[in-house]
Amino acid sequence: MSIEVTDAQLVERCRAGEAAAWNELVERFSRYVYAIAVRAFRLPEHDAEDVFQDVFARTYERLDSLRDDAAIRPWIAQLTRNACIDRLRAGGREESTAEPFEWANDAAIEQLDEALTVQEGLHALSPNCREVLDRFFARDESYRTIAEALGLPPGTIASRISRCLGKLRAELEGRNSGSAPSEEW
Amino acid sequence: MSPNTPPPFDEERLGELLGLLPPAPRGWTLAAQELPAARRELDEIVELARADAEFRRRLMADLEAALATAGYETRAELLAAVRARLPELG
Repeated sequence: MSIEVTDAQLVERCRAGEAAAWNELVERFSRYVYAIAVRAFRLPEHDAEDVFQDVFARTYERLDSLRDDAAIRPWIAQLTRNACIDRLRAGGREESTAEPFEWANDAAIEQLDEALTVQEGLHALSPNCREVLDRFFARDESYRTIAEALGLPPGTIASRISRCLGKLRAELEGRNSGSAPSEEW
Repeated sequence: MSPNTPPPFDEERLGELLGLLPPAPRGWTLAAQELPAARRELDEIVELARADAEFRRRLMADLEAALATAGYETRAELLAAVRARLPELG
């Protein structure tokens, strides 16, 4: 699977103080942190926002303590999990469930981890494919909205989604490895 | 397939997985991206307060006015961050 800059390279550039690298790091992991907070831990938006800012603040402050730059993803996942648990404990909500949150959310976080791998696979597709898949699945936009945004006939959106999913699948299964993303569909 | 083997990437599953990661609210992402600049600004204010007794006195007396007079944009986050650092300034 191709991604323009690896996680390890990105971390190294952040440590060197490159503002663009920090922006990219936040962009790369923002959905993941958000999803852990609101999906795995079901935090309300105002708590999730605090967790989100707290996680990136800790990431920024503690980046030098990360032992393996390539392990930024599990490290951020752990920071997010800890921040969510702290938030739930502070609100006295942990006792209301049968299982401690530490255990209850492992499966959900594993699934989000897999989702992030798929999300990263989008980078190997053309910008058009990336956008149509993201709009339809992640942003939950209708065919009509997507068609209007991209200037395409609405009747072609379903087939484009199907074609792009096929390309994404091939990418994730390693059948397209090494090829540069096309500008076309 | 073992019970721990993830299901293959059929297209329906790919769609489901993509749907698990909606974008975070844009404002949250922008705020996180501005963090390094905000930290630099905060460090600059703290340094200035350490070096300049008059600025330090004005900060303690009226934080918002002192920062505005010094040319800083008095955002709520900046005020809260500086307020949290005041005790270390004595």
